[in-house]
Amino acid sequence: MNIVVLVKQVPDTATERKLSSDDNTLDRAASDGVINELDEYAIEEALLLKEKHGGEVTVLTMGPDQATDSIRKALSMGADKAVHLVDDALHGSDALQTAYALSKALGTVEFDLVVLGSESTDARTGVVGAALAEYLGLPQLTLAGKVDVDGSAIRIQRATDYGYDVVEAQLPAVVSVIEKINEPRYPSFKLIMQAKKKPVEKLSTADAGIDTAQVGVADAGTETTDFAPAPPRAAGTVVKDEGDGGAKAAEFLAEKKFV
Amino acid sequence: MAEVLVLVDHVDGEVKKVTTELLTAARRIGEPAAVWVGGGAESGKAKLAEFGAEKVYTAAAELNDFVVAPKAELLAKLAGEKSAAAVLVSATPENKEIAGRTAVKLGSGVLTDVVDITGDLVAEHSVFGGATITHARVRSGVPVVAVRPNSVPAEPAPGAAELEEAEVELSEAATGAKVVERVVQEKGARPELTEAAIVVSGGRGVGSDDFSVVEALADSLGAAVGASRAAVDSGWYPNQFQVGQTGKTVSPNLYVALGISGAIQHRAGMQTSKNIVAVNKDPEAPIFELADFGVVGDLHTVAPQLTEEIDKRK
Ligand SMILES: Cc1cc2nc3c(=O)[nH]c(=O)nc-3n(C[C@H](O)[C@H](O)[C@H](O)COP(=O)(O)OP(=O)(O)OC[C@H]3O[C@@H](n4cnc5c(N)ncnc54)[C@H](O)[C@@H]3O)c2cc1C
Ligand SMILES: Nc1ncnc2c1ncn2[C@@H]1O[C@H](COP(=O)(O)O)[C@@H](O)[C@H]1O
Repeated sequence: MNIVVLVKQVPDTATERKLSSDDNTLDRAASDGVINELDEYAIEEALLLKEKHGGEVTVLTMGPDQATDSIRKALSMGADKAVHLVDDALHGSDALQTAYALSKALGTVEFDLVVLGSESTDARTGVVGAALAEYLGLPQLTLAGKVDVDGSAIRIQRATDYGYDVVEAQLPAVVSVIEKINEPRYPSFKLIMQAKKKPVEKLSTADAGIDTAQVGVADAGTETTDFAPAPPRAAGTVVKDEGDGGAKAAEFLAEKKFV
Repeated sequence: MAEVLVLVDHVDGEVKKVTTELLTAARRIGEPAAVWVGGGAESGKAKLAEFGAEKVYTAAAELNDFVVAPKAELLAKLAGEKSAAAVLVSATPENKEIAGRTAVKLGSGVLTDVVDITGDLVAEHSVFGGATITHARVRSGVPVVAVRPNSVPAEPAPGAAELEEAEVELSEAATGAKVVERVVQEKGARPELTEAAIVVSGGRGVGSDDFSVVEALADSLGAAVGASRAAVDSGWYPNQFQVGQTGKTVSPNLYVALGISGAIQHRAGMQTSKNIVAVNKDPEAPIFELADFGVVGDLHTVAPQLTEEIDKRK
């Protein structure tokens, strides 16, 4: 079974994240890039499926040159090879344009399953998986907390408001994972060394057959018009409990008319 | 006035609060038209009328048998037929997916996790864990917008809520992922997490699967119970109560954090709460940076005292 894992490089949530005032898109130079946390779970799930069913795991990343850091990380966890969709024309693409571009890039790879994270820490739109399934016309198996493949049949547990749904489909399909699904492995020294030699294919928009009129900040279906730091929360009161902490909190709640 | 489609969230015919918020927001833009999937529209109609729905388009429960795609086909079809001015859904994980697919079908843009929206469709977002406010708009096609629960205060205004059946022929691509079983994990009598006006959450500081200190405080306030990932991962509280980046996003009037450090991933799910109260024994815990009122102390003594004080004041 051949699996493509979609991996996004995002600004480290531990550093300060900024938008660029040139075009109101993410200032990727302002913070360190790291692999989107949930994508590590997607890689892990792909590797577990490969260990069980055989086949190859390919990483697909769309992003600027620096995104090679995340690609290497994915390869050092055990993925076999990578495709890096990189082109200035893609800068500032929104979630739907990203899904479109990824769907085109997937056209250059053979796969039975696409695995991605259910959300990225920067965009937090959570729509890429669904939009990708729409573009590809493939079954949408998103928000998966458990995945089982049996021949050409796939079954997942999809997280819902009330618990989960059991969902079935036929491969090929698109699966997005939640962090409950597994515990991502740490790359071993041996794998880190091997990763340096694994093939990374660079793909341009032309190579992928992407219509450049449909990607990039100038053609995005959405536009961020302005941004500003959130007004600081008025400094709160912090008291030390001296036997009356609960009573003081109750006073606060009474003042605010909650009790 | 152009119609604004609002996808109704309902449980067995009972309309959720967020839908009344969306209808209120829809009235700023045009004429609200509710879209109801599954049974129960007759019993939910009164509520929709109360918040200004002029029409209620109903569609067969069969649409729920497959993941997301059928509802997107329904919304895209209606948006086209009715020349809708916008499509509004609540920003739940499933509805955001529906919004995404609907927008792809309509060739339009999608905005998710919106915390406010104006009559000319300028949407406000709170990003980077609440540190930045952005404004955005859709500039192609029919805007599809997912609005966070508890963002727009619901205000009643009468509407006709005339029922009209909507037909949709599901494409083959829409029926590829079939729901074969629905598993309901315990659901108590408490208000639902994303809808609740007050949320009381417990973290690793609770110390065991005995969440009764958290539940007692929640019950005295009529609140929903939430949990940090540490508490969920320890098996102390079920998965669907997790608040945070990969759990639920809540935006209540009051959020009480008991024994929660305030990691960025947790903050991402509760940062837009209007009032925040924290109890933590570590004075350096980052949750205090957000708290309107904080108590440095042991939650096992502070929370029961707080519960008792609240009960006394009732
Ligand atoms: C991909 C990813 C997604 C994540 N998603 C989420 C998410 O959705 N939601 C989420 O919450 N986290 C999420 N996390 C985890 C997050 O990083 C933190 O690990 C988690 O929020 C910590 O939970 P906590 O605050 O309960 O525990 P801790 O950080 O261990 O904090 C416990 C706090 O309790 C205090 N305490 C201990 N005993 C007492 C006592 N008796 N009285 C009072 N205070 C006490 C301590 O001082 C401490 O501050 C995610 C992480 C990753 C990598
Ligand atoms: N530029 C990208 N390259 C590769 N994968 C991506 C990219 N953007 C998003 N994804 C995938 O889509 C998932 C959801 O992202 P989002 O919808 O942006 O929150 C991520 O976890 C990734 O797996």
